[in-house]
Amino acid sequence: MSDSLAALVASTCEEFGNDRTRMMDIVRAIQKEEGCVSSETLDLIAGQLGTYRVEVESVVSFYAFLSSRPKGEVVVRICDDIIDEMKGAENVAAAFAEELGVEMGGTTEDGKVTLERTPCIGMCDQAPAAIVNDVPITNLDESKARAIAKILQEGGAPAHLVTTFGHGNNANDLVRSMVTNNIRKRGPVVFSDFSSGSAIDKALAMTPAEVIRDVKTSRLRGRGGAGFPTGMKWDFTRHSTGDKRYVICNADEGEPGTFKDRTILTECPDLMFEGMTIAGYAVGSDAGIVYLRGEYAYLLPFLEDVLSKRREKGLLGTNIGGKEGFAFDIRIQMGAGAYICGEETALISSCEGQRGDPKNRPPFPAQKGYLASPTTVNNVETFCCVARILDQGPGWFAQMGSKGSAGTKLLSVSGDCTSPGVYEVPFGITLGDFLKLAGGENAAAVQVGGPSGQMVGPDDFGKTICYDDLATGGSVMVFGPHRNILEIAAKFMDFFVEESCGYCTPCRAGNVLLQGHLKRILDGRGEMEDLDYMQKTGETVKLTSRCGLGQTSPNPVLSTLKNFRPAYEVLIKEKKEEGFKAAFDIQEALGDSKGLIGRESTIYND
Amino acid sequence: MMSDRITFTIDGVEVQADPGQTILQAADAAGVYIPRLCAHKELNPFGACRICTVMVNGRPQAACTTPAANGMIIENETEELTDNRRSIVEMLFVEGNHYCMYCEKSGNCELQAMAYRLSIMVPRHPYQFPDKDIDGSHPDIMIDRNRCILCARCVRASRDLDDKNVFQFVGRGKEKKVWINSEAKLSDTDMDVTDKATDICPVGAIIKKRTGYEIPIGQRAYDHKPIGSDIEEAKATAESN
Ligand SMILES: Cc1cc2nc3c(=O)[nH]c(=O)nc-3n(C[C@H](O)[C@H](O)[C@H](O)COP(=O)(O)O)c2cc1C
Ligand code: SF4
Ligand code: SF4
Ligand code: FES
Ligand code: FES
Repeated sequence: MSDSLAALVASTCEEFGNDRTRMMDIVRAIQKEEGCVSSETLDLIAGQLGTYRVEVESVVSFYAFLSSRPKGEVVVRICDDIIDEMKGAENVAAAFAEELGVEMGGTTEDGKVTLERTPCIGMCDQAPAAIVNDVPITNLDESKARAIAKILQEGGAPAHLVTTFGHGNNANDLVRSMVTNNIRKRGPVVFSDFSSGSAIDKALAMTPAEVIRDVKTSRLRGRGGAGFPTGMKWDFTRHSTGDKRYVICNADEGEPGTFKDRTILTECPDLMFEGMTIAGYAVGSDAGIVYLRGEYAYLLPFLEDVLSKRREKGLLGTNIGGKEGFAFDIRIQMGAGAYICGEETALISSCEGQRGDPKNRPPFPAQKGYLASPTTVNNVETFCCVARILDQGPGWFAQMGSKGSAGTKLLSVSGDCTSPGVYEVPFGITLGDFLKLAGGENAAAVQVGGPSGQMVGPDDFGKTICYDDLATGGSVMVFGPHRNILEIAAKFMDFFVEESCGYCTPCRAGNVLLQGHLKRILDGRGEMEDLDYMQKTGETVKLTSRCGLGQTSPNPVLSTLKNFRPAYEVLIKEKKEEGFKAAFDIQEALGDSKGLIGRESTIYND
Repeated sequence: MMSDRITFTIDGVEVQADPGQTILQAADAAGVYIPRLCAHKELNPFGACRICTVMVNGRPQAACTTPAANGMIIENETEELTDNRRSIVEMLFVEGNHYCMYCEKSGNCELQAMAYRLSIMVPRHPYQFPDKDIDGSHPDIMIDRNRCILCARCVRASRDLDDKNVFQFVGRGKEKKVWINSEAKLSDTDMDVTDKATDICPVGAIIKKRTGYEIPIGQRAYDHKPIGSDIEEAKATAESN
C-alpha cells in the first residue's frame, strides 16, 4: 500500500518536473487517485520535491476542493448561494441527505458518497445546481436529488447522471454536459462571427507597440470588475524589466452570480486564446496561463483540445502566423475551490503552487508577477474584446458603449426574472432597461456586481451600467418584493467569512463580527446602536484590509444600510414592541447549570 | 549621494528615506513611531495585522510594506486612523482568548502594550471565545494558540533567520492557524530553544518553559513606558546631541 503510494507520488512529481511551483497540479493529481492527500502523502510529496511537509499541508488546507482526510469516492457539492436557495436548494440538500443517510459534510458509511455545500458554481441561471465530482448537475429538485443519490449509492459513475446535453458545445464529445448556455442576447463584440487567426494576422502585421496603441485607442477597460485600462496594463508589463514575461487569463469567475465566462469558455474559447496570443506578442511574452476555476473542470478536456488544434494550425507554438521568432504557448492551471484566487495576486500565488494568499503591492504584477516576472492578468472577456479590436479596428470598438466605458459587456442575470442567462449589451444601458430585457422589471432590489458590489432599489433603476455608475464584472441578481433583503445580505456575509484568506486582521476577524451583528438583528435581538456599529466596523474593514476581498466584503452591509435602512429599523422596532430586552438574562444564563444540578438556583430565584 | 535621498512628510514633519526603505523603516529612523504588530526589524515585511495603516496621499496603505517615495504626504496620527487601529487591535483581542491577568507575557506583550498605548479600555466587539489548542510537547517551548495573532513572525524567523521552516499557516479565513512541520507535535520538529523563532512572538503564543516570572511584573518592557517609546526617544536623544 505504502510502496504503491510512494510510487504514485514519485511519478506524479516527476511528471511535473519535481517542480515545487506545480504543487497545485501535483496534489490535484494525487487526490484524484487517492481520494485525499493523506498525512503520509504530505511527507512523501515534501520528500520528493525537497520541501517541507508543512509547506505542502499549508497549500492543501487552503483549498476547499483539496482534503487531507478521506472523502467519498464521489463528492456531491450543492451550491448554497442565495439564488439556489431561492430556487429550493434547501429541499434538494435535505433530499440528498435523507436518501444518502448522511448529514451535510458527512460521508456515507460505505465510503461511497460525501455530501457538501459550496458557494456559487456559476450555474445560477439553472439553479439549484450541484457538482458531482467534476460533473455539473443543474435544475435540480427533490425527486431528481433522490434519484441521483440512489444511482450514486449503487456505484453509478457521475458521468452517467447526464442523460441530455445542453446546446452548443455542451453537447461536444469532450464536454457532454447538461449545462445550457442561455445566451439570450448576442452582440457585436463577443458573441459574433469570428474566424480564428484573423486577429493574430492583423496584429502580427504591426509592431507590438502599435498593437498596444490600438488597444489604448479602443479605450478597452478590464472586464473582470476593476476596469483598469488594458492597453496601459500591457504597456507597463512590456516595459518592466525581466527576462521572461507572462500572460495570464483569469477564468476563476468566482463572484456569485457571474457565469458569463462559462459561456465564453464553452462557445468561443478560440476568441479568448487568440486574445491571449495577441497579448503575448504585445507584451513580449512566450508563455500564457489560463487559471480555470475548479468548478469548471468539466470544460478542461475540451479546452485542452482547442489548444492542441490551435497548435496544429500554427496559432500557438513557434513562428506563429509565419512570424519568425514569435513563439507563444498556453497551459491551463486548475484552481481548487477558492474565491480569493480570482484576485490577481492570489491567482498568481496559486499558479506558483502556494496558498492562494494575495501578495503585497507594490510591486504590481506588471512589475513582478508570476515567478517574480512581469505579468499581465486579464479577464476572459477582456481577451475576447482584444481579439475583436484587432480584427475590426479600435475605432469600431471605441464608438460603442458610453463615455468612460467603451464596447459591450456580458451580463449574467439570475434570480427573480423570467429569462435568466447571459446578455451582451452596450455599456451605458440603464438598469431598468436591462431588467426589462431579462424579464425582471418587478424587482424590489437588484444586486449589481455580486456580493462585493451593491444592492440597489427601484430608486436607482435609472442608473446606467458602466464603470463610473453601476459597475459590475457581470453579475446581476434580481430579487422580487417577497424576498428578505437582510437575509440576502447575511448570506453574502457568510460567503465572505467562508472565503476570506485570513491573512489580514480586518477581513479575517471583521467580517465575522459583521456577520454576527447582522444575524443578531435577523434573530430579533438587534438594537439601533448595532446599525452604527456595523457602519463603523464595515468602514474599518474596507479601509484597512489588504486586498480587494476585504476592501469590498462589508458592501452587503454598507449598501443595504444605505439603500434599505428601513428594513433594519422595522425589524428592530417590531422586536422592541414584542417586549424584547437586549439586557442580560440571568435565568437563561443559568439554564445549563440548572439542568446539571437538577434544581433552581437558591440565589437567583424569582 | 544627497540626491539619492527621498523626502516626504508624515503629519507635516519632513522625513528622509534611502531608496528601498519602507515608510515604516524611514519613520523609525526619523524617530516617528507608526504603530505596528507584525512588522519586526529583523524580518521581511509581511503586511498582515494592518495596524500600521497610514494615509498616503489620501489613500490607505500599510506603512510596513509600502516603499517610501518622494513627495508622499502621509497621515499617521489622525483621530480616524487611531480609531481604526483601536478597532483592529480589539478584533485581535476578541478573535482569540487573551487573559492578560494570568498570561506570562503580560508586561512584555506587544498586543497588550498596543492596547494601552491606544487607550483601549474594553473592546467594542463581542468576544468570540474560540476553541484553540495548546501544544506543550516540546521540552523547552510551548505554543498556546489562544493568544496567537497570526502575525507570521515565527514563520518568517524560522525560515529566514533559523533556516528551518518549523512554522507555517494551515487553513484559511477564521480557521487559519499557525502550524508546525510535523504531524501534530512541536517536539517532533527540529525546533530548538535557541532558535530566533522562540523569542520573536509579540504575544504569549510561543513561550519558553521554566522561565516564568524571571522578570517580575512591574519591571517588564512596557510596564513603565508605552510601546514605541524607544523609537521616539532615539529621536529625542539625537535632537539634544
Ligand atoms: C476577491 C476578488 C476576486 C476576483 N475574482 C475575479 C474573477 O473571478 N475573474 C476576474 O477576471 N477578475 C477577478 N477579480 C479581479 C482581478 O483581481 C483582476 O483585477 C482582473 O482579473 C484583471 O483583469 P481585467 O483587467 O481584464 O479585468 C477579483 C478581484 C478580487 C479582489
Ligand atoms: S482582505 Fe486580507 S484576509 Fe481578506 S482576503 Fe484579502 S488579504 Fe486575505
Ligand atoms: S505564534 Fe506568535 S509569532 Fe507565530 S504567528 Fe502566532 S503570534 Fe505570531
Ligand atoms: S450557481 Fe448557485 S448561486 Fe451561482
Ligand atoms: S505592521 Fe504593517 S501590517 Fe502589521
